[in-house]
Amino acid sequence: MYYFIPKRAERPIYSYRLSIIHFWALIFLYIWADPHHLHYTALPDCAQTLGMTFSIMLWMPSWGGMINGLMTLSGAWDKLRTDPVLRMLVVSVAFYSMSTFEGPIMSAKVVNSLSHYTDWTIGHVHSGALGWVGFVSFGALYCLVPWIWNRKGLYSLKLVNWHFWIATLGIVLYISAMWVSGILQGLMWRSYTSLGFLEYSFIESVEAMHPFYIIRAAGGALFLVGSLIMAYNLWMTVRVGEAEAPVAALQPAE
Amino acid sequence: MGCDPYTPLELTGRNIYVREGCYLCHSQMVRPLRDEVERYGHFSLAAESMYDHPFQWGSKRTGPDLARVGAKYSDDWHVRHLTDPRSIVPQSVMPRYAFLAKTEIDTITTADNLRTLRAVGVPYTDEQIANAIADLKAQADPDSPGAEAFAARYAKANARNFDGNGGAPTEMDALIAYLQILGTLVDFKLYNEKANLR
Repeated sequence: MYYFIPKRAERPIYSYRLSIIHFWALIFLYIWADPHHLHYTALPDCAQTLGMTFSIMLWMPSWGGMINGLMTLSGAWDKLRTDPVLRMLVVSVAFYSMSTFEGPIMSAKVVNSLSHYTDWTIGHVHSGALGWVGFVSFGALYCLVPWIWNRKGLYSLKLVNWHFWIATLGIVLYISAMWVSGILQGLMWRSYTSLGFLEYSFIESVEAMHPFYIIRAAGGALFLVGSLIMAYNLWMTVRVGEAEAPVAALQPAE
Repeated sequence: MGCDPYTPLELTGRNIYVREGCYLCHSQMVRPLRDEVERYGHFSLAAESMYDHPFQWGSKRTGPDLARVGAKYSDDWHVRHLTDPRSIVPQSVMPRYAFLAKTEIDTITTADNLRTLRAVGVPYTDEQIANAIADLKAQADPDSPGAEAFAARYAKANARNFDGNGGAPTEMDALIAYLQILGTLVDFKLYNEKANLR
């Protein structure tokens, strides 16, 4: 993000000071945050509380990175209309801010008692893996391949545009299906009848997941189709792309 | 109330549990929440994982928690369920594991499994390690001559023909022996819940 977004937007990083805070906050805080995966387990309570506290503090690097990434576009927002590669990089920052905003919420014990063991966690992880890491990697590849093979540009920006929209739709389907199924699952498990009995057997919650798993599969398939479009585009860039004209050497003085 | 180390047969079953990735869909950690305690049983204690390397707490319940599945269903139920889950629970999405009943246990690593665990702190005796293969066979065949020696080495263990078939012990025997011990090692009649309150 710190390299490819400024490079592609042709704007300097918004704030180096913020990037230092972003870096050290991430390094220092995240190592204490891992017990948030073990809330309400046999792990000692003090470790769970420690994990929750540090996870909530992780909003700091989360906002630091988001502000730095988006503000770098100051004066270059118009490029989002013409450059789908930059759009991909910026949407990656958007997914970064969304999934790292969601994370500290899920690390709160009261939320975690519902979300843990359910698909909510799966959706959270995939909004990061597909949206943030996936998109920033795609954007980086779209930048790197023409540079490495010395091409004027990509084979087709139109295909990048298709990749962007298909993959975005795929991620949105994927994570919303997981949100709904995860919260539904969590609520079914803790639901009681008016007489005080557990309302659902476990297998009823399995059955209720079925439609959401179909939506999830469709979303994942769209994301994969997008990557195949990228693979074709990059392949064609290398095979038939126009070579960058060599930079003319300065005329030697005679 | 102490927990005992797994017998060689249970340990083999545990390794099959890990090999088949059961932990990806089944957790083994009951949280102290009202609905979980009512659904699965007493919440899990840290001591119940003390001999698990690595522990199998898991993080996703596509299927139900298994921390207290031991002694909840019969061996025959487990054989049928593992062979074809939908013959017992029609809506189940669990894969079939019928091949376990046809696969004989490979005992080449049995003693080494115990030895490895001892290296990380599980208190297996030299005698238990030396007799690992004999004990594995004896647990699945309580009429065999080694059964008495096995019972002496593992006082609390179940010894029976878990998969209901004669012949050499299969992976089905091992997995069911493991599942049937889960969550049964602590005697909650002796456990003082208030002891750790501060």
